[in-house]
Amino acid sequence: MSDETLAEPKSATWNDLRIEVIIGTLLRTGVLLAALVVLAGAGLYLAQQGHQTVNYSTFHGEPEGLKRPADIVHGAFELNARAIIQLGLLLLIATPVARVAFSAVAFAIERDYMYVFITLIVLVVLLYSLFGSS
Amino acid sequence: MNVFEFSGLVGLGSFLAGFLGALTGLGGGVVVVPMLTLLFHVDIRYAIGASLVSVIATSSGAAAAYVREGYSNIRIGMFLETATTIGAIVGAAIALHVPGNAIAIIFGLVLLYSAYLSSRHRPEHDAHLQASKLANKLKLNGSYPTHAGLRTYNVTGVPAGYSLMFSAGVLSGLLGIGSGAVKVLAMDQAMKIPFKVSTTTSNFMIGVTAAASAGLYLNRGYIGPGLAMPVMLGVGAGAMVGAKLLVKAKVQALRYLFAAVIVVLGIEMIFNGVTGRL
Repeated sequence: MSDETLAEPKSATWNDLRIEVIIGTLLRTGVLLAALVVLAGAGLYLAQQGHQTVNYSTFHGEPEGLKRPADIVHGAFELNARAIIQLGLLLLIATPVARVAFSAVAFAIERDYMYVFITLIVLVVLLYSLFGSS
Repeated sequence: MNVFEFSGLVGLGSFLAGFLGALTGLGGGVVVVPMLTLLFHVDIRYAIGASLVSVIATSSGAAAAYVREGYSNIRIGMFLETATTIGAIVGAAIALHVPGNAIAIIFGLVLLYSAYLSSRHRPEHDAHLQASKLANKLKLNGSYPTHAGLRTYNVTGVPAGYSLMFSAGVLSGLLGIGSGAVKVLAMDQAMKIPFKVSTTTSNFMIGVTAAASAGLYLNRGYIGPGLAMPVMLGVGAGAMVGAKLLVKAKVQALRYLFAAVIVVLGIEMIFNGVTGRL
């Protein structure tokens, strides 16, 4: 570990770099996982409903079961194809949220409380959008 | 059209959008909504929901690669995300009360502006710029790797950049795009942040900004799984292939071509919005 402290005069810089690597892994994993769940749902959806006609030209809004996070998870566990796709999309939306939550912890470890506060503002806005806005 | 045909065609179009968007650096999100509404006659609200989802996929995928290289500045990103996320919520709330054809007209104008921005030459900033008091206080100044080792930079124009970022958030929430062009404008032009740092940090922020309005769109029933599925998978795969090719390809001619496509789509969106066809 000694040459790392030699290479970087400020320890905060080294921490920032390590945080960035963890964030990179987190984002990659989240997107991959979301894509896999969407793919699984897509396979089921095409197999079951592939020959039905589609019409998106008039707006109806999605049914209740595909709107709120708790209902989507519930529907996906009942192996509803469209709910499984929606769960994948939910995981995708949750990926940046997880990134922000992790950043708050990382800033706290660095004892940068001003940025813990700034990050928590962003997190509250994101959680409001996902859970509080319906 | 049945589900098979629709998914296949939308998936293919989205792949192309993601591919060209990544290759030219203009982002695939801006052409997804025009493609869905003009070509596939999808209602603009469904189109915006699907586009938002694809924006999160490409931004997070690209950011995962950039962030390791040490160009993006996580403090600048996080500080400005307070502006973009609140802006995105406001934009999504406005979208609820604005008729579809008005959104189409605004969308067209933003497309034309993005094409104009992408055609401009950007000079690199003076390295010995004085940092503003606010930038010092917020610890926004940073460094990035170059051939000659780490290069430090100072940040200025924080209030102007912050306001621009709020607008970028509103546009993102209203139109379902990443508004990378406005984000880069805020950081590069207003805050004098080096171009490479601006573009990578912008990409990093796009996912969080889009997530802020995507939650609202989801709760409102604007995100349809049957439509978002081929869009997300197509744009995501296209962006991945595009980013891989980026290192080898000569993109200047392609940039002009893609900018021309964006101009045509912009005019068509405005025309259809004015005549009430969207």
